[in-house]
Amino acid sequence: MKMVNSARALLSSTALLLCVCTATPALAVDITGAGATFPYPIYSKWAEAYRAKTGNGLNYQSLGSGAGIKQIEAKTVDFGASDMPLTMDVLEKNGLQQFPTVMGGEVLAFNVAGIKKGELKLNGQLIAAIYLGKITKWNDPALVKLNPGLKLPDSRITVIHRSDGSGTTFIFTNYLSKISPEWKTKVGNSVSVSWPVGVGGKGNAGVASYVQQVPGAIGYVEYAYALNNKIPYALLYNHDGKLVKPTSESFQAAAAGADWKKTPGFRVILTDEPGANSWPITGATFILMHKVQDNPARALQVLKFFAWDYANGGKMAEQLVYVPFPPSVVKTIEDSWSTIKAKDGTPVWKSSADGK
Amino acid sequence: MANGSEVLIEENIIVGSTVSGSSRPRTYSMADQLFKNVTRFFAFLVLLLMAAIIVSLFMGALPAIRKFGIGFIGSATWNPVTNVFGGLVPIVGTLVTSTIALLIAVPVSFGIAMFLTEMCPARLKRPLGTTIELLAGIPSIIYGMWGLFVFAPVFSQHAEPWIDAHLGRLPLIGLFFSGPPIGIGIMTAGLILSIMVIPFIAAVIRDVFEVVPPLLKESAYGLGATTWEVTRYIVLPYARVGVVGGIMLGLGRAIGETMAVTFVIGNSHSLHASLLMPGNSIASTLANEFTEAVGRIYTASLIELGLFLFIITFIVLALAKLLLIRLSRMEGKRS
Repeated sequence: MKMVNSARALLSSTALLLCVCTATPALAVDITGAGATFPYPIYSKWAEAYRAKTGNGLNYQSLGSGAGIKQIEAKTVDFGASDMPLTMDVLEKNGLQQFPTVMGGEVLAFNVAGIKKGELKLNGQLIAAIYLGKITKWNDPALVKLNPGLKLPDSRITVIHRSDGSGTTFIFTNYLSKISPEWKTKVGNSVSVSWPVGVGGKGNAGVASYVQQVPGAIGYVEYAYALNNKIPYALLYNHDGKLVKPTSESFQAAAAGADWKKTPGFRVILTDEPGANSWPITGATFILMHKVQDNPARALQVLKFFAWDYANGGKMAEQLVYVPFPPSVVKTIEDSWSTIKAKDGTPVWKSSADGK
Repeated sequence: MANGSEVLIEENIIVGSTVSGSSRPRTYSMADQLFKNVTRFFAFLVLLLMAAIIVSLFMGALPAIRKFGIGFIGSATWNPVTNVFGGLVPIVGTLVTSTIALLIAVPVSFGIAMFLTEMCPARLKRPLGTTIELLAGIPSIIYGMWGLFVFAPVFSQHAEPWIDAHLGRLPLIGLFFSGPPIGIGIMTAGLILSIMVIPFIAAVIRDVFEVVPPLLKESAYGLGATTWEVTRYIVLPYARVGVVGGIMLGLGRAIGETMAVTFVIGNSHSLHASLLMPGNSIASTLANEFTEAVGRIYTASLIELGLFLFIITFIVLALAKLLLIRLSRMEGKRS
């Protein structure tokens, strides 16, 4: 008898559970996205906060930018995410539109005995020479000349780079291509390149741990990783020849100098930007959406989500050491959404009031 | 309980044998037929799956095969910017790391199995055996992290400078052992792989050594054979199929291992003679680059690498089967 009772209880609770499960989608819309791993922490944090506020969720899969581009082309997700902005040709060909969400900076982390955070100074030419394998010792005359008073040891430089294809690499190689014509012709600018020298670490964490493990190592990582792992990083001379520190202000200074309005597809890569305070290796991460939407209601949900993030997510982004866009740039981005349309040609996004 | 079910099965067989033949009820044979077909279907499903995998890998790799042809195997270029790809570095890396792993793991595993079956005090047998099985169950990423955070620093500070200074100076083989001590590279990957496959090989060899009939071993001991002679001339020939199977299992794991290798191999697409330099393997290249591979040729080249991994595994298995056939033939000639 007892068993029958508990079985009945189980049955009814299952039925209840089923009811709850089937009821949820009717109330809330879960949008789906896939792509870049770099913005994953902030997207998931935004999604959590947005769900608490509106009940609508986001299912974001951080598969990597390449996979994100493939998924949005195949229309299996509502939006794709990429750390590398696509060229206008590719966007046109696939009927896609892109816009940036947050920015981040990269630093050169190093492991040299006796030299602390911010003591080492580098410029683009030297970084290019190190990554081309031309400067191989820490006490190379060029390094000594830029760092007078610093006791650089007579030890080998071990170059660390990313082994996986990554937006971080795209931004870093973009910087080197702008600085060094030799880098541009020999190696080039992409999410993964044919490295002349060095050891590859998987992900920012892999590069960070290699730098910590190998004496004499130097590697490029997201600023957040160097900060969290307390790895010393170098100060850089920027486009204007000024020595700058990696901070939210210097990342934003790089973004402020850029002309987002006039660049088609927001294809702005914030490397080697002019401005006295601009950090030279800064970049944004991007969202990809189809221009013609089969399901305008879902597309509107996506745009509402990002509009909410631009308006309310700045603090959260800064906590995770991302850099939010200033309001003037956000307005330009939201204005660009008018070209995302339903099949009958009516714009999905009416006004920025929709998001608030 | 176990005995009871055995008896039941025996009874069934007896019943089955008495009713078999023409007097067998029709429904019975139909069920038999159905059962046979279902099992056959399952068996053929494996073949079908395998064919499907080969075909889909081949189709996926076709753009790269068309573009680079046979030169793909011989080229060490891997340049995603100019879209020129060659598989030499990862293919060599896979073969070399697996070879290092087996060179170390096979003798060690053999020693473990021999000790556990022939010389180990009964008290230690259980705990040691269980430990080996536990080691086999550790996820590979744990080995990778241990390799990077614990093994690599020790190896680079204490072992690699010595290897470089002593082995690196030797004529001919010195080329393979000279290089900067960074602790990450082909050699480290091979060593980590050997640690990973030892429990697999040792567990299988121990199991097959244990099923050697005691009668055979006791007879040899009775004739005055030493433990080594018993293992070499009685146990090993009796258990050779299982031993080769165990080694193949280990090799299979070494060839396909992804995460642990990715952590310590250095992930560099450059070809060096030295084992101390960073390299790449097929599995770690795929793990590293597949997610962010943009463009048809890039993706196709990665899939072609996957196809090669498949082919290498196939060749290794075929060689193992050939080895077994030859061994059993030689056995026939000798007696």
